[in-house]
Amino acid sequence: MRKIYLHVLFMYFGILSTYAQTRPEAAKVDSSKYQSRKLKIDEINLVSAYYHQDGNNSAVTGGIGTEKLSDFANTIDLQMSKFNKKGKKNTFLFELGVDHYTSASSDKIDPSTISSASSADIRIYPSLNWTHSNEETGNSFGFTGSYSTEFDYQSMGAAFNLTRLSKDKNTQFDFKLQAFLDQWTVILPIELRTGNTERGGEQYDTAPRNSFSASFSLSQVINQKFQASLILEPSYQKGLLATKYQRDYFTDGSMRSETLPDKRYKLPIGLRMNYFLDDRFVIRTFYRYYMDNWGIRAHTAELEIPVKINSFFSISPFYRYNNQMGTKYFAPYGQHQASEQYFTSDYDLSTFSSDFYGAGIRFAPPKGVFGWQRLNMLELRYGHYSRSTNLVSNIVSLNLKFK
Amino acid sequence: MKSSRTFVFLSILAFSIIGMLSACSSVKPYQKSKLNDADMILSARKAQKFEQSFQLYREGASGANGGKSGGGCGCN
Repeated sequence: MRKIYLHVLFMYFGILSTYAQTRPEAAKVDSSKYQSRKLKIDEINLVSAYYHQDGNNSAVTGGIGTEKLSDFANTIDLQMSKFNKKGKKNTFLFELGVDHYTSASSDKIDPSTISSASSADIRIYPSLNWTHSNEETGNSFGFTGSYSTEFDYQSMGAAFNLTRLSKDKNTQFDFKLQAFLDQWTVILPIELRTGNTERGGEQYDTAPRNSFSASFSLSQVINQKFQASLILEPSYQKGLLATKYQRDYFTDGSMRSETLPDKRYKLPIGLRMNYFLDDRFVIRTFYRYYMDNWGIRAHTAELEIPVKINSFFSISPFYRYNNQMGTKYFAPYGQHQASEQYFTSDYDLSTFSSDFYGAGIRFAPPKGVFGWQRLNMLELRYGHYSRSTNLVSNIVSLNLKFK
Repeated sequence: MKSSRTFVFLSILAFSIIGMLSACSSVKPYQKSKLNDADMILSARKAQKFEQSFQLYREGASGANGGKSGGGCGCN
């Protein structure tokens, strides 16, 4: 009897709970269409990461020796927007990035000039994007200017972006054109330098490296729980594409500086599919096929399954697998033939497979993280990377979003 | 042999995509609560930015994932 009462009670609460759910209502139309024309801050994002790697195939020393490296990277981006008199939205995205790295292998370019345990450098990279959009149609276009500087490398970039949305807003097409005009200071290994080799006393030569890319992306809503996007991003690079302070050792015992073709065509194609399984699980997937004219072919697959613990807290374990067929110009230490025109012992361009796995937590409570209303979201991720060439690395990333 | 395998693979991918697109149903804006969930965004997360950076330098492949495909160095 008690069981029947309990069943009836549960059924009653079940019915009550279904009534407690709100029905989706059509958005109320604002007849005045008033939009504040003041410039307002939409959001600020801080992203920081600490990366550490170790291995024993440094390209600076010809494919042998320590690859120990640490990098502390930070970016802040500030997104602001303003409506004009015609009701169109102008969005400004300013980003500033600062990376600081220490690299044990960089010591080996010129061991006599380094007094610290490892070489270090700072990279600073600001960028500004302006996007003009029509909120009603979802269509937009914009321009980006960027700059990056570090000790031996300067880069200037420009980009144009265009977004077109279908009438039912279920299909989106994105197009982006990018150009980077870079200048690279040619630093040779100490054994190959001529003249004054004192740091600061020598006028290094510079060489250009220009990169041009186009990105075509088609995003499609499949149904209420499933959406996908297809991305094609051909690119072309021209100029000094070899890293001249990396050494290559030959079968005849000689050593030369890395030499690679001065043109590279790349063609990656990516597919991203996200499925909202139920109220607790989301399945995020990504696959990419890559090919270039140096002979590199790669398959990359990613799977991430965010688990929603409650409405504002989720845990996302992820796994990424990459399989790469290396460039035809690669050979390990001491195995290059003297007759070769192009040669590298950089294991980043060799044949290998890699695994990257870890987890992230995302915390976005309605009253703000730690009760601080302005801190809208906190995301923390950890990942472990291992490559079949015995390179291992770990990375911890933090994203704080303020609104 | 390798190029024909790649062709077959890309063809399968293209047919899957066409098949998927033909299965699309029209979804109204008020039916997009799940699609608009933060975990459903069709791009990499902001917190993945530096993961993509190190993968770009440690691997020969790049692009088509929303990450950088050129410019700046960080070649170490």
